[in-house]
Amino acid sequence: MKPLVAAALLAAVALGVSACGEAEQVVVYKQGKYQGKPDSKPWDNAPLAYGHATWKKGDKASWENEVNTRTLGQNEYRRIYNQ
Amino acid sequence: MARMKFLCDAERCIECNGCVTACKNENDVPWGVNRRRVVTVNDGVIGAEKSISVACMHCSDAPCMAVCPVDCFYRTDDGVVLHDKDLCIGCGYCFYACPFGAPQFPQAGAFGMRGKMDKCTFCSGGPEPDRSEAEFKKYGRNRLAEGKLPLCAEMCSTKALLGGDGDVIADIYRERVTRRGKAPEVWGWGTAYGPGKQQPAAGGKS
Repeated sequence: MKPLVAAALLAAVALGVSACGEAEQVVVYKQGKYQGKPDSKPWDNAPLAYGHATWKKGDKASWENEVNTRTLGQNEYRRIYNQ
Repeated sequence: MARMKFLCDAERCIECNGCVTACKNENDVPWGVNRRRVVTVNDGVIGAEKSISVACMHCSDAPCMAVCPVDCFYRTDDGVVLHDKDLCIGCGYCFYACPFGAPQFPQAGAFGMRGKMDKCTFCSGGPEPDRSEAEFKKYGRNRLAEGKLPLCAEMCSTKALLGGDGDVIADIYRERVTRRGKAPEVWGWGTAYGPGKQQPAAGGKS
């Protein structure tokens, strides 16, 4: 009988001590994955019929070139002095 | 690869609110929602007053994307942070996470209930067919699909607000700072794109 009591006591102590453990309480957030509808790429559109844009439909490089040229229009040093 | 960015030059912004008006008109933004706004600090203090035009900065590591419980955000190949309004539940987490106060919530229904989040799209619409009526109604104009840039930046009268590929606008700003010889710091750049990432080189005296 005595060993059984001792074992029960030991188990109770172990259980009690386990409550003192420091469990990680900070939630580790994981980067989610987009759940919505897929979107098309801007370069997959043909240029507007009435516009000045001339990129080739589906060609990313030509679209980027078009947009970057337009971006440089925001530089008034080049727009005004270099013309 | 193009990485679309905004850059606001506080030395040039004259608080005309032209960018705000342009954004409102181009995207048919509802009443009470401001995708872009002009913030002025030290208002009226001579020599210390600065204005900056603020909208979504399309962060490289966007906090709104990180906190969204329904994962309705995505980043396009050209670096624009967009979201799917069909999925948004209007919880407002993104508003609390955003350091720029970009996410906006229209009042919908009774008891001041929040509608679905609305924010600057860098004039590139959302997950609907490009240049369609559905896209315009939900997200506004898709100017990138037309080979154009955001209207706020394109029509800025003093060119304080620059928009476009990060490398290109950083070059424009660098040249500007070198010429005028002061104010190389860019407001919000480090917060949105991380320190040391495409930061225009320091130039000038200040």
